[in-house]
Formats: sequence, C-alpha cells, structure tokens
Amino acid sequence: MSQIAELQRTASQVRRDIVRMVSQAKSGHPGGSLGCTDFLTALYFHTMDRQPGFSMEGKGEDMFFLSNGHISPVWYSVLARSGYFPISELGTFRHINSRLQGHPTTHEHLPGVRVASGSLGQGMSVAIGAALSKRMDGDNHLVYCLTGDGELQEGQVWEAALFAAHNQVDNLIVTVDWNGQQIDGSTDHVLSLGDLPAKWSAFGWDVLHMQGNDIADVVRVLDQAKDHAGKGKPVVILMKTEMGAGVDFMMGSHKWHGVAPNAEQTETALAQLAETLGDY
Amino acid sequence: METQTSTDTLFGRFKVTGKKATRDGFGTGLHHVGATNENAVALCADLLGSLKMDDFVRDWPERFIQTGISEANMMGIAAGLATAGKIPFTGTFANFSTGRVYDQIRQSIAYSDKNVKICASHAGLTLGEDGATHQILEDIGLMKMLPGMTVINPCDANQTHAATVAIADHQGPVYLRFGRPSWPVFIPADEPFVIGKALPIKRGEAVSIFATGHLVWQAMEAVQILETQGISCELINIHTIKPLDEAAIIESVSRTGCAVSCEEHNRLGGLGDSIAQTLARHRPAPQEYVAVDDTFGESGKPEELLVKYGLAPMDIVHAVHNAIKRKS
Repeated sequence: MSQIAELQRTASQVRRDIVRMVSQAKSGHPGGSLGCTDFLTALYFHTMDRQPGFSMEGKGEDMFFLSNGHISPVWYSVLARSGYFPISELGTFRHINSRLQGHPTTHEHLPGVRVASGSLGQGMSVAIGAALSKRMDGDNHLVYCLTGDGELQEGQVWEAALFAAHNQVDNLIVTVDWNGQQIDGSTDHVLSLGDLPAKWSAFGWDVLHMQGNDIADVVRVLDQAKDHAGKGKPVVILMKTEMGAGVDFMMGSHKWHGVAPNAEQTETALAQLAETLGDY
Repeated sequence: METQTSTDTLFGRFKVTGKKATRDGFGTGLHHVGATNENAVALCADLLGSLKMDDFVRDWPERFIQTGISEANMMGIAAGLATAGKIPFTGTFANFSTGRVYDQIRQSIAYSDKNVKICASHAGLTLGEDGATHQILEDIGLMKMLPGMTVINPCDANQTHAATVAIADHQGPVYLRFGRPSWPVFIPADEPFVIGKALPIKRGEAVSIFATGHLVWQAMEAVQILETQGISCELINIHTIKPLDEAAIIESVSRTGCAVSCEEHNRLGGLGDSIAQTLARHRPAPQEYVAVDDTFGESGKPEELLVKYGLAPMDIVHAVHNAIKRKS
C-alpha cells in the first residue's frame, strides 16, 4: 500500500474516533476536528521526528503544540493511535476522572500534551518558547503549532508573529486551519481576517499554502515546510480545510463547530467512514 | 523612613545598613542565578533598566529574551521555555505581570504546571508619581487564587536578592513581587530565605503584627513607638503569602491574643485575608487590617501616598491599639 493510502486509512479511523467520542460525550467539537484530521494524521504518522515514549521536555525530537484546544478529539485520537496512551482511553473523553479533558491539559498527565490550551491565542507563544529553547540547546529539531483561523482574532497571536519574525525563529512551523468558520458564523461575517497571506507576509513570515483535506497535498506541503525551515524566517502554512470534512451533513457550515451528533446522526456519519484499524 | 538608631537595639540582628530598592535586590539575585544555573533564562517586556536586569543581559545575552511591549506573548514564551526544561524569569511591572496577563498565566503557566518565575517590580502605591494605572493593589489576591502558585513579597533589597535565588531552586510557578523606591535595608545579607517560612523580627506579648513587603519597615517604625508606650509587640515578616506559614501565625496569636496585618495591597484578597482565614479556621482572634481600603491609588510621593492611604506607621499604631482593645 502506498504511503498516502496508508495515511488515508488512518485518517478514516481517526474520523470514526472523533464522531464516536463526541457522540458518547454528548458534547465536544466535531467540525474543526474532522477538518484537521488529515493534517494531524500526516504530521504524526509522516512528518514529525518523534522519540518513543513521551518526555515533557521533548529534547532530540520534534514537538507539537495545539493552540486551538477545542479540537481535542482529533488530537486525542491521533495521539492514541500513535501509541502515546491506550486507544481504549478515548472512550473516557469528557467524562469525570478522565485524562482526556474537554480541552487538552497537562494537569492530568496525559502523554503527548505539553501545555493546556482552550483559551485561544496562546499556543504560538508557547511554541516559540520551545523553539527558542531548542536553539539555545543546539537541537535542530522543529516545533510545530496548529491554530484556528478564528483564533487569529486574538491579539496575542500577532504579538507572537512580530516576535518570531524579529527573532528569526526559523525552527517553527505554524499551521493555520483556514476553514473560514467560527462559532457565530463565517469569519467574514463575524470579524473578517482580510488578506491572510498578505498579512503573514507583511509580518515577515514565509507563507506556504496547503489543501488540508487532500492528504497528498498535506504531506507535500509539510515536506516543503521542513525545507523552508532554518532559512531565517518562521514558516506559516495557510491550510484550507472544510469544517466537518468526511461527514457530508457536517460540511459547509459552522453549525457543527461545537455540537455533538445524536444517535441517528452518529449512525449516518459512521456509515460514511470506514473502520480501518478497529474502533476503540 | 529615616533610619533611627533605636531600631538597632530593638530588633536584634535586624539593623539598618543603608537604603536600596527591592528591585536592586532582584537584579543582583538574578545575576547570581545566571552565574550558578545555566538553565536560567531572563525575559523582559521593554523595562530592562526598571527591572535592573542589565547585568544579566550583559553577561548572558544568549539567555536573555527581549519581547518588546507584549506581555501576553512573554508569558507564553516563558511557558514554552519551561516546557523544554529552562527556568524562565519574566520581568515587567507588577500590573503588567498579573492583571494584564491573567489568563495567560492561568492557562499556560499555572494550570500547565510550568516552572516559570514571574518577577514583578513597581508593585503598590510606592510606585509613586505614575499613578493608579500602574499602582496595582490587587496582584497578591489575583496570584494567590491560582492553584499551585507560590506568592512572595520580600521586604528589602537583601531579602529580595535571597528570594530570587531561592525561587530558582523551587520547582513550580512563582510570583515574586517587589518595588520601585529606595527603602531601608535591614535583613542581614546572609539571612537564609526559606519559602513558606515566616521570619520573626521581634518577639512580644501584647499583639502579633504580621507584615509583608515595604510595610515591614513601616511596622518596625510603629513598633518603636508602641514600645515607648509600654506595648510589647511581636513582629513577624510574612514574606511568603502562599504557601502561608499557618503554624507560625497560630502559634503567635495563641500567645498574644490578637493580630494586625500590614500590606501594600487592597484590604480585599491580600495577606490580611489569608491571615483572617487562618485564624477563623484554627484560632479565632481579633484582627485589624492595615491595607488600602478597596480603592485605587493616585500620583504623589511614596511617603505622601502611604500616609493618605492609611499605610503609615501611625496607622499601624492605631490598628494595634484597636486590636488590643478588642481582646476583651
């Protein structure tokens, strides 16, 4: 099987996990999770250089920070499927006494998570700190960060963008989930982001583009981003995705940003997603 | 704030040796940490001179991060550095170290269990002429409410130096609060600093005075007056507001029967409230507060402000009289 086909199989299972987790919890954020499934699957199963096991400090390996913490279902699934913790634990998502909190946290010591996120706009700054630490230590590994597009409405993001360019933090690859949707509607309706490529460019970043629900393109652009690292500029990937990608009735709208499907909708969704690696 | 020879006998080893700002003690402490711990990293949001970080920057430029005027980003970067094993010390004014970045501290540092040292100068009224925008009086309350956060407010330059060195070896987030004005130095340079351990300045019988930060000196001046009135005062320096040395507080009040708390902070949410909670739960006793009475400050000289807002030695004297009266 080709590598792309392998990643697609994994992504299909991750999407099933997302739908089942959110359905069982009767809450959570399926839309952005499904939209970012191909990216996180490729990042963990293809792109990142990871050490076996988990160390908080992440020395001698690539590190990832999720800034838009509400898409925790996709991250939890990818982490479990990557071996950070048992996949059976996915069934505890959002339940009491679980390490899989509604939004990711280090507080319950879930392997794979290095900072709490959920309150938006903070992850890029944290990723910059980790990247600076790697530079001080002479560690050539990369730091990845994923943010939402609505999240770019937070001012801290642009503080971080200024800083990373000024300080040539070129071991940092930030991806923006550019699905154009947020809770109250489209980003154009709620608070327009304007010309995003021009904005990032003007802030001094190396701007790449990705079709985030075409896993072959995700792999290609991530490889490209690694090549662009270390050349004096931080790298941003503007990743076009469809909220709810993979489940027809969740696509093309902001309505599934933070709503769980009912039993019937869950059946319909799962019928569209092949069980490739075995459900948890 | 004139140094008086009588303090030299009344307070034993706590003798005035000069005047210096607590932030100077932070600067020398940070330099010491830089020299002894290669994981120490300093960050500053465009206030290097005010924070006295110049010596660190000169000697370890590769371990210094200038973030510009972006405190939220600074707190996040500090969290990331701590994640990767560094010991970051952030430096800016107390207002911008706490209220401005509360959610960044809450989520990325406190809830994430990050080993970040939040070092905050120009706290309280004694900032002086800049006025209320910068005179934060709510920071102790904000920070002590965060689970896992250690909160320290040293009383002079020597104690601030020692506290800065001590927090480098402490695992976990710390809020270190100090100030702008030149202030009497009376803690011996070799006095050990133990996080969470109250420091008795003077033993006495009629009242327990618990003071933190700049108000320790105000309390020492008040105690001189009270002793001439025949009132035997116990003065204890609570430099660590969290974790609070409850045992020392209970032990002292069990002997004296009443308490006075002194702090350069809002009456709501500061040291006084921590002591009141301790006494209410373990050893109920009358307590008087010397603190700012739930208001903002204003421009003026530090000494003028301390008088106007009820933090002068005479305010402590009156508070002691009231506390003692209420014992019966």
